[in-house]
Amino acid sequence: MSDIKFEDALQRLEQIVDQLETGKLSLEESLKVYEEGVGLARRCAGYLDAAEKRIELLTRDENGVLRTQALVLDEDEV
Amino acid sequence: MAPSDVLVRERRVLTVSELTLAIKAALEDRLPAVWVEGEISNLRAPSSGHVYFTLKDDAAQLRCVLFRSRGRRVRFALEDGLQVLAFGGLDVYAGRGEYQLIVELIEPKGVGALGVAFEQLKKKLDAEGLFDPARKRPLPPFPRTIGIVTSPTGAALRDMLHIIGRRFAGLRVLVAPVRVQGEEAPRDIAAAIADLGEVPELDVVIVGRGGGSIEDLWAFNDERVARAIARCRVPVISAVGHETDVTIADFVADLRAPTPSGAAELVVREKLHVVRELAGLYERMTQAMRARLQRDRERALSLSRRRVLTDPGRTLAEWQRRVDDLAARLGLAARARHRHAAHRVAIATNTLSSLHPLARISQGVAVLTQLRSRLVAAGGVRVKASRHRFETSVGRLQSLSPLAVLGRGYSLTRLPSGAVVRSAADTAAGDAIEILLHEGALDARVEHVRKRDERHEV
Repeated sequence: MSDIKFEDALQRLEQIVDQLETGKLSLEESLKVYEEGVGLARRCAGYLDAAEKRIELLTRDENGVLRTQALVLDEDEV
Repeated sequence: MAPSDVLVRERRVLTVSELTLAIKAALEDRLPAVWVEGEISNLRAPSSGHVYFTLKDDAAQLRCVLFRSRGRRVRFALEDGLQVLAFGGLDVYAGRGEYQLIVELIEPKGVGALGVAFEQLKKKLDAEGLFDPARKRPLPPFPRTIGIVTSPTGAALRDMLHIIGRRFAGLRVLVAPVRVQGEEAPRDIAAAIADLGEVPELDVVIVGRGGGSIEDLWAFNDERVARAIARCRVPVISAVGHETDVTIADFVADLRAPTPSGAAELVVREKLHVVRELAGLYERMTQAMRARLQRDRERALSLSRRRVLTDPGRTLAEWQRRVDDLAARLGLAARARHRHAAHRVAIATNTLSSLHPLARISQGVAVLTQLRSRLVAAGGVRVKASRHRFETSVGRLQSLSPLAVLGRGYSLTRLPSGAVVRSAADTAAGDAIEILLHEGALDARVEHVRKRDERHEV
């Protein structure tokens, strides 16, 4: 999910909350959008946690090509 | 013959005033205005706003005064021990036989030239519009990859990683190692900013270093660094030295952080904000759903108490629609439950599961069962097809059914018509009846009717 899709998902979630809070939906529709909302919330949370925690050094090699390598720091430092 | 010999011999005597005047004239003619270099000592700043101090070197001292009107223009703090260049004219204070320098300009020694360069570059870039507030980009709300341009061995990097690591697991940090002071530093820093810009996933860049002298921070006043920041594809946060240090990089950057740690805080704060917003939405959604189901339940309960017993014919059709509708909806909820059970379990916290709609649905089923028996008792006329649909729905919810009460040893007696027997008077000897048990049913026949059960008489 890209940032733009993430924003869309968040917006749709806001819409769902509004719909449920105004309480104008039938029970059937309520359950349907609630299910959708649960799915959206889960996907958004997943997106935010998607990048694993990594610390890397960005350097150029002898040919001038950009490379990344893990940066190892002492545990007590980070 | 030396002039002094003449004076001595002729005993040409001057008054103190005359001599002082002569000194004053000589000083003011010979030294109308001078630059003088020395170290500040004995600094005094009384409430008048004028500042008095002594400039000294190894062998001599010079009294100085900086009048309030001039002092306002000084952009650094005067303090004892500071090496300065002062410009001004000498003034002889006849009343006390003292002379002092009336300071017009004063600047820290060594930074003078740098200061001029700073102002010149600032003016130039400002004229090009590089500091224009309209150029400033907001920080990305969902940063995932952060670039950091700083010394790989400095405390600043450690501080930043500490804050990012403490607050969030889901962040990738790309460190572009550079020298942050010395001749090569500006070129290094500018190149590192450009390199980071080539990483497609990059969301934001922090450029900075920890505190140091003005000279130490000088790389961040370099034009190459300023232009690299301005050109950067993603927003740049400057984080140079301490709160009070201001560099050209700060003016060009999209955001100035007071310190490197502050920059890291800014980046993760945006993300924290989004996470909180998401949690809030989830909470509101669940709360709304819960309230909704609670309302439905109360409505069903109040309907069940209405006058169906007194006027069954009139409301029968309405009742039928209501039951069919509720049964259909509950059937849907039950299907949804099967479909989504797995992922719901995975995401539900204890709190959420206590708010889960299924808990409400099971209450709804209890209400429906109650409705059903009342309808059966009251109306005696049922549309078989509807009842069948309804019972099928109840069957799907068997695990939630209050019919489980049969498991505790109760049984349900029905006439062949399906009507539930609530009173012995509903039957006569010889009638066929059906007794529903927790497991299975009995087809039986009434032997004898006792209108009252003496065992239960009070």
